[in-house]
Amino acid sequence: MERKQASKLPLADLRILDVSWVWAGPLAAQFLADMGAEVIKVESRVHIDQTRFGALPNGIRGERPYDRGGFYQDINRNKFCVTLELNTPQGVKIFKDLVRISDVVIENYSPRVMKNFGLDYAVLRQVKPDIIMISLSGFGANGPYRDYVAYGANIEPMSGLSSLTGYKDGSPTRTGIPYADPVAAFHAAFAVMAALEYRKRTGKGQHIDLAQYETLTRFIGEAILDYSMNKRAPKRGGNRHSFMAPHGAYRCSGEDSWVAIAASSDEEWQALCKCMDMPELINDTRFVDSHSRYKNQDILNEKVNQWTSRHDKYYVMNLLQKAGVAAGAVLTGKDLFQDPHIKARGFFEEVTHPEVGTYPHHGVSVKLSRTPCHIRMPAPLLGEHNKYVLSELLGIPTRDIESFAQSGIIGTEAAIPAGNLNKTEGGNDARSIVREEGKRSVHHP
Amino acid sequence: MSGQALSHINILDLSHHVAGPYCTKLLAELGAEVVKVERPVPGDPARKKGPFPGDMPHQEKSALFLYLNTNKKSITLNLKSETGRRIFHELLQETDALVENFKPSAMPNLRLDYETLSKVKPELVMTSISNFGKDGPYRDYKAAEVVEYALGGLMYTFGSPHREPLKAWGTQAQYLAGTNAAFATLVALHSRDLLGSGQHVDISIQETLLAIIETTALMYAYQGTIRPRADNRDARFGPLVGIYECKDGYISTSILREHQFVSFCEFIGMPELPDDPRFNDWFKVPAHGGDLEKIMTPWFKSQPKEEVFHGAQTRRIPIGPVLGVDELLNNEQFAARKFFIELEHPEAGRVKYPSAAFRMSETPAELRRAPLLGEHNEEIYCGRLGYSKKELVKLKEMGII
Repeated sequence: MERKQASKLPLADLRILDVSWVWAGPLAAQFLADMGAEVIKVESRVHIDQTRFGALPNGIRGERPYDRGGFYQDINRNKFCVTLELNTPQGVKIFKDLVRISDVVIENYSPRVMKNFGLDYAVLRQVKPDIIMISLSGFGANGPYRDYVAYGANIEPMSGLSSLTGYKDGSPTRTGIPYADPVAAFHAAFAVMAALEYRKRTGKGQHIDLAQYETLTRFIGEAILDYSMNKRAPKRGGNRHSFMAPHGAYRCSGEDSWVAIAASSDEEWQALCKCMDMPELINDTRFVDSHSRYKNQDILNEKVNQWTSRHDKYYVMNLLQKAGVAAGAVLTGKDLFQDPHIKARGFFEEVTHPEVGTYPHHGVSVKLSRTPCHIRMPAPLLGEHNKYVLSELLGIPTRDIESFAQSGIIGTEAAIPAGNLNKTEGGNDARSIVREEGKRSVHHP
Repeated sequence: MSGQALSHINILDLSHHVAGPYCTKLLAELGAEVVKVERPVPGDPARKKGPFPGDMPHQEKSALFLYLNTNKKSITLNLKSETGRRIFHELLQETDALVENFKPSAMPNLRLDYETLSKVKPELVMTSISNFGKDGPYRDYKAAEVVEYALGGLMYTFGSPHREPLKAWGTQAQYLAGTNAAFATLVALHSRDLLGSGQHVDISIQETLLAIIETTALMYAYQGTIRPRADNRDARFGPLVGIYECKDGYISTSILREHQFVSFCEFIGMPELPDDPRFNDWFKVPAHGGDLEKIMTPWFKSQPKEEVFHGAQTRRIPIGPVLGVDELLNNEQFAARKFFIELEHPEAGRVKYPSAAFRMSETPAELRRAPLLGEHNEEIYCGRLGYSKKELVKLKEMGII
């Protein structure tokens, strides 16, 4: 079974079934696809992955809006797509046939779903004993919240992070993205590699149960230990650091323009004073050591703001960095594509997609010296690789494939009446695009 | 230990602070033998950082260090000495992967860069985590978490549109880069078996963030729009996505579907609301967000958050309580999954820790306490490398270990 991948890539020997949707699961599968695994995304034409409608180019829907969403393209590049309806017996049978020739299955539904399809791990291991299956659910495979609805915005606050995050005088704050998704995705990609190592040594597959909100709680581990030791939790403090000052985002010239500055030592503080042309502050007793600076950080921040607000954020960043002080321009969506360092590292890669044309997408954040990885192909159109998967990989005769297409088991069109597209899972986004002519935001799982 | 997923892998860990140690913690929890190499004095700087029990600094009691270094062995070694580097090369012979997160100029200065080491041991995988990667104009720029957040594109969209942008609590960027590095290290080990040689893995903390900002980058690339800050709200859903104060804390709502809105109206005892001319067109609900907010805010304020949470979830409405750290430790879901476990440490005593990041059915992770500084010197130097106890004493006197 030849895999349609460049053989030099690090994971070229692996085939992965990605039966997940939205962000956490697809992102984990993307990390593996970027490294050269052959990832086959299994999608429904009825329950369309809502990211297929996310970030439509200039808000234009076209005839096949589900092939146009930038969000889908971002996280599904380097993958193949087969459509299957897993609530039909033929769909389930074909899925099992695919499991037989795959190494890993990735899913991110609530724990009920795969079981309802008759495709949970207990079944899949019968089909292929050494299969590795990872389930990324919101709350995990057991416990009283197991079946609770888990979206980014309601699980992040349950991890503990939101209670610690926010302005000093404000309410708990979410990160502004469905942050548990990528945190879970990185852990999931790691988990899959670990399970593959174990299989390599022992020939055994296994199931991995990942609760998205638990992975996020791991990222506040020191606060858990602190509470256990001292029965206290850190207070929300905006950008304040536990001992560094100045430390935060400071206003720069221009509209809504900011620079982050963090001075960690007396030397850095003195260098900052010189850059600000305020050498008198060096001997000011209010700021003379880190303890004093921390105690007087409100006045200190005013002084720094006085200076930064007269200058461009990049000017401040480069001047301070040359003087040995940590500083960084607060990059906007636009800045990302113009920043000299991001450009020099070639992080964003241009991808040409047959339906929407050429756009930049985030590149590969694992840089390997011998087997560099890049975006090799755009995200698939709905059902684009039905023939490759069913005919070439599974050897299903053409007339059977045609009959699957006639009975709606597979296809390349969404199985939703055009007028109802905006009432589907993707409807929220499609809705906003219609209403606001593409000026507003995109994805929300 | 042979029953664990990575128990055949040896890691030499030169890392410190957060990003590198989180990477090797993940590997160690799954059974890899991680030998953490610390400077003889004062060891990993995280040992000095705290928080500490009773706020009394102690090199063996830092919560940050204890958390990030579970399951590892600690040896001390002075890499600035010639003897130290010779011993390091001996250690390397038993090593599958080396993980470090010094600034990019440090390893070349010690003559321990990948070019040099790969000549000695071509199969070596070396993972380097740095703020901005091993090349490019910001390579040697200094960073702190807040600077990474700014240059990683997460900060601008986070917080209030009327105030300064925010970073999330703690060291999120470094944790995330550490996770990415653990994944990347296993990818490189997998490809080692295919290629017959190791390679250098370059992980930039900034790029790890740039890989997760999706919406911000896509809105500009696809629609020419700069994504603004929006507090806890989402412009498309008005007050249906937000954080609300309850009688006894806060709750987060994420009502994204029309049927969820209908259920929500029933839940708050206003089943007629979806027929109200202001709210009877799902598409126009956000346009009357102010009116809806006037209903939602006082209702939540009158309710206990746990009751709202379970009541809403029973109706499949996506709502979740904002849990404080104290509440996490008593939460029924975390308890049912035994997520927090207690570990005994000779200096720090019994402390609760988050357990494994995920559950592997065949190879469950096992958590063991972090090592004391140099705790495994004898085991590694004598047991593995064959130094005598006498030689060990001599190395100690020379300040090598």
